Amino acid sequence: MEAFLLVDFGSTYTKLTAVNLEEEYIIGTSKAPTTVKTNVLDGYDKALSRLYQDHPEIDHISGISACSSAAGGLKMAAIGLVEELTVEAAKRACLGAGAIVKQVYSHHLTKREVKELKESDTDIVLLAGGTNGGNKECIIHNAKRLKEAEVPFPIIVAGNKDANDEIEEIFEGTSIEYYIVDNVMPQLKKLNVDEAKHIIRKIFIDKIIEAKGIKRAEERIGEIIMPTPEAVLLAAELLSNGYEDIEGFGELMVIDIGGATTDVHTIGEGYPKRTEVLLKGLQEPFAKRTVEGDLGMRFSANALLNLVSNYNFKKYFEVDDQCNHDIDKSLNRRSQDVDFIPHTKDEEEFDKAIAKICADVSMSRHVGHVEVVHTPLGDMYYQTGKDLTDLRYVIGTGGVLIYNQDAKKILQQVNKKSDKALELRPTNPSILIDKSYILAAMGLLSQKYPRTALKMMKQYLL
Amino acid sequence: MKTVVIGVIGADVHAVGNKIIDYVLKEHGFNVVNIGVLSSQEDFINAAIETDADAIMVSSLYGHGEMDCRYFREKCEESGIGNIKLYVGGNIVVGKHEFKEVEKRFKKMGFDRAYPPGTKIDAAVNDLKEDLGL
Ligand code: B12
Repeated sequence: MEAFLLVDFGSTYTKLTAVNLEEEYIIGTSKAPTTVKTNVLDGYDKALSRLYQDHPEIDHISGISACSSAAGGLKMAAIGLVEELTVEAAKRACLGAGAIVKQVYSHHLTKREVKELKESDTDIVLLAGGTNGGNKECIIHNAKRLKEAEVPFPIIVAGNKDANDEIEEIFEGTSIEYYIVDNVMPQLKKLNVDEAKHIIRKIFIDKIIEAKGIKRAEERIGEIIMPTPEAVLLAAELLSNGYEDIEGFGELMVIDIGGATTDVHTIGEGYPKRTEVLLKGLQEPFAKRTVEGDLGMRFSANALLNLVSNYNFKKYFEVDDQCNHDIDKSLNRRSQDVDFIPHTKDEEEFDKAIAKICADVSMSRHVGHVEVVHTPLGDMYYQTGKDLTDLRYVIGTGGVLIYNQDAKKILQQVNKKSDKALELRPTNPSILIDKSYILAAMGLLSQKYPRTALKMMKQYLL
Repeated sequence: MKTVVIGVIGADVHAVGNKIIDYVLKEHGFNVVNIGVLSSQEDFINAAIETDADAIMVSSLYGHGEMDCRYFREKCEESGIGNIKLYVGGNIVVGKHEFKEVEKRFKKMGFDRAYPPGTKIDAAVNDLKEDLGL
């Protein structure tokens, strides 16, 4: 039987998904630890032989498509002028391209900031600032600073177009590798991230893959076409929009709770649902992704008590939870031993509580909120961010959720809450789980076979 | 081309005048950045920074202009655009006041110009051209 193979070089596992394109079903999946330190193909080969072993019916691989988040994923720095405007636009471009944004700078870069940036493990810098025809002094200053410091990362210039000639002169003939693209905020509050996202992907394919030691894989599998989170976002978009005559799910959310981060993706405009509510702030991306670096099951477990008090933490235990949890100790243990796997009932229940907190807090940050402004004329309502109250589907993915018996219960944390009344959370969504762990694979597949990818998602998300 | 940020400050929803100002300024060759009604001081200032504006023209129609405009100039200074031209107009205070008094108070607050109710925007355009050396 012929199989189409989708490969995800993940941070811990290299995961394979074999698809029968003709009959539109998943033949099987397999995984093996990712081996970037030695030869990335070792892990791939191991996973492949497991796949063959389990599915001897596969006798031919008709094509391969791959994504990667290995070796720390794609790390970016976002630079802009005003925090709520071009800095935010720059961040959204990075996140939408599947990157993790570690460094964020606004206004004029100081020498100290540039030094910090240079010493960081950034892969790509996105330099924005100014609307077209607007401020160019700041972005030019920042370009000079980056040049002076000989920042060794590719720089994408996506700011005020009026500054581009000068920036080009600054970078030309230096060691700086730069790319000039459309402004991420050409007009005030207008978001325009497509070209920036496109070039991020291109640099990722051309350069970053190589720097991370994953390039060798291409000898055998062809080009690695995108960072894994972007594949997930593409899958979510397809599932929401539908394709040709196949209907999509409409507004939806994909949430992935991991060891180090919690990713939330929503597809939809999220406009105000009530006429008396006024929309404020930067335009929201239709496909929006946020990544919370302080919300995770292991690496960032210790940070949780900065976000939720000991007292509030207890509220996340099930009402019938009979265990006697030592919160500090349990969190510590997990952040120290990031490979920790729960065995006892007690440990499982505790993990569940962490996951609930990740879901709840990440939702608070992702979702839009209304603000009541008491004016001389009575109360007025402003909405910042997306209104997700009518969102129909919440989909859980990632190791933590798909292997958890109570995943749906955990995900209910994203719903409307009486103590968070001003957050525009989903009211009564259906919750589905990516049980077969195929979302990233379907995002990849959607590049060539959108129809098949969509049909299979509708079938395999339970 | 000179850039002017316009908008209606505070909890004020009077939208019609704002559209007219937008239109008239554009006719006179200005690059207009219109942040619309219900705008906070921060909205005006952030817009002015990103667009490198030369002037901010604040409208207030509903009578609470004085309260809404307090510390506007100070915030501009704090944000690095202390030299920007600040105009205000509309119906900036409630009830009948000697406008000279009102004007004085707004100038003391750091506004370059304050206009009495019923001022045609064309009057302000001439001032603007003068103030920006056009
Ligand atoms: C239509 C209207 C409304 C509509 C607005 C609909 C909308 N979304 O636009 C509604 C019904 C919502 C409304 C509500 C209220 N309104 Co009303 N409204 C009016 C009305 C009748 C017309 C406004 C208008 O559109 N004019 C036409 C435009 C073209 O003129 P303009 O807005 O004045 O703008 C021009 C000039 O002022 C000037 N200008 C404006 N800004 C600037 C800035 C600069 C720098 C310069 C140079 C010039 C300038 O140029 C503009 C263009 O020519 C006026 C009365 C009037 N005839 O003006 C009252 C009026 C403005 N409203 C008034 C009041 C009190 C209210 C309410 C508080 C009533 C209430 N108790 O609910 C609420 C406030 C709601 C809110 N949160 O803002 C008062 C304000 C009193 C004051 N300031 O002393 C007025 C003057 C009526 C009155 N005489 O009592 N209102």
